[in-house]
Amino acid sequence: MAQAITLAADAPTLSAANTGFMLICSALVMLMTPGLAFFYGGMVRVKSTLNMLMMSFISLGIVTILWVLYGFSVAFGDDKGSLVGWNSDWVGLSNIGLTELWGGTTIPLFVFAAFQLMFAILTPALISGALADRVKFSAWALFITLWVSVVYFPVAHWVWGEGGWAFDLGVIDFAGGTAVHINAGAAALGVILVIGKRIGFKKDPMRPHSLPLVMLGAGLLWFGWFGFNAGSWLGNDDGVGALMFVNTQVATGAAVLGWLAYEKIRHGAFTTLGAASGAVSGLVAITPAGGAVSPLGAIAIGVIAGVLCAMAVGLKYKFSYDDSLDVVGVHLVGGIIGSLLIGFFATGKGQSDVEGLFYGGGLDQFWKQCAGVFGVLAYSLIASAVLALLIHKTIGMRVSEDEEVAGIDQAEHAETAYDFSGAGGGAARTPASSPVAPAESKKVDA
Amino acid sequence: MKLITAVVKPHRLDEIKEALQAFGVHGLTVTEASGYGRQRGHTEVYRGAEYTVDLVPKVRIEVLVEDDDAEQLVDVVVKAARTGKIGDGKVWTIPVETAVRVRTGERGPDAL
Repeated sequence: MAQAITLAADAPTLSAANTGFMLICSALVMLMTPGLAFFYGGMVRVKSTLNMLMMSFISLGIVTILWVLYGFSVAFGDDKGSLVGWNSDWVGLSNIGLTELWGGTTIPLFVFAAFQLMFAILTPALISGALADRVKFSAWALFITLWVSVVYFPVAHWVWGEGGWAFDLGVIDFAGGTAVHINAGAAALGVILVIGKRIGFKKDPMRPHSLPLVMLGAGLLWFGWFGFNAGSWLGNDDGVGALMFVNTQVATGAAVLGWLAYEKIRHGAFTTLGAASGAVSGLVAITPAGGAVSPLGAIAIGVIAGVLCAMAVGLKYKFSYDDSLDVVGVHLVGGIIGSLLIGFFATGKGQSDVEGLFYGGGLDQFWKQCAGVFGVLAYSLIASAVLALLIHKTIGMRVSEDEEVAGIDQAEHAETAYDFSGAGGGAARTPASSPVAPAESKKVDA
Repeated sequence: MKLITAVVKPHRLDEIKEALQAFGVHGLTVTEASGYGRQRGHTEVYRGAEYTVDLVPKVRIEVLVEDDDAEQLVDVVVKAARTGKIGDGKVWTIPVETAVRVRTGERGPDAL
């Protein structure tokens, strides 16, 4: 995590303004997870809507607890061998003073822990989009638990923890291009290579059941992302957070236009799903880069991300891997684009004086970015595939074929997303006419 | 008695209802349906994946009528349903053996 510059002579003191700002940013980032749930939930077929929503929502429960117990300590504690962190005072967040500041900043440690928690919640939720319609809920809960412990917490340390190898190397990742998006996208690829395709992939039509829900989700993500990006500077004393805020908006707008233009030329229509997807691709790409580039650079990054991600989502049909909602095509590809383009577009006037190729800096930073990108990508891909394989061989990752075809919502959650019975028919069962003890009714009739 | 069934474009429903009322028809049943004829369906694109959607939305109108009125009523429905474009739908009749008004038990044409 980039850190606000403070006056070198004086020890930093708690800033009420920065603290308030960061608490709001934390809440904004929290909102991204339900936003993501809607974004994904609208894209699946009616029969798996609730499962898709729940795969994100459960992360708010599981990761929060793990973060308090040991996650924060592993991610941001004192460096151990450039790979993980540890600070026993932070286990259970128990020995932290109320006014104790996060190193080098003007905000309390508790605020930093809360802000970073929201990132840790969002990242595994991002993976879920690739696994739509087919993963047992218990297996998913176990996967999240193992994945954040073995992959996310250490990778966050590599990138943002003092002493982490990528941090020390000088890899620039303002708000999570590598630690969040490449990490989640590579993990998604690793898991789907283990668990396989949905029944009917490439044969049955799998249309989004609610594009308005997708738009609502994309809007909430965009809104929350201001907290995610601008908040990552952890304060407002030098204006870098404000630059990030502007670049977030600029790149995202440009990416919407890029995706739509590609789609119109290639497929003949300006689609709603394209606009929403373009927005997310732009947000992803500017996430690592927005503190280092100018607004014009942000436009370039946004357009490039919008067009390349629109092209990348077609790869799954060509290579026949079922990245159901394009986590690889948008988050992995978008994250790589944003992270690598820093090597070209860094102006040297933002978060640091590092200049990219187009600003006279040569290719030094580009090679550093490559190291960060491919280090995180390779580790996340392999570790995630191994974790998925472990679960797949023990309790099993997938629901049965019957349950998948009939709809995972009924099988795993004993609910259906929408009640269509108003027009007569349907499976209305009133308590008066046919009382059912809750304990007996695990399965609901179709 | 005859049963007239019309499967037509949804936006013609009001016209058909009014035309039938003007003729003196007292009741009808409408259901939402989907299907295709020569019109076929349309193509939708989601993130580059193109789907051909065969079935297009239609409404199915069912009217029970006396034998003598049937031919004329078919004309009334067809005239109200027609837009002249492909996909206007179909209208047909079949003979009906009996009909009963549930409230009173009246049978045959009296039940209409």
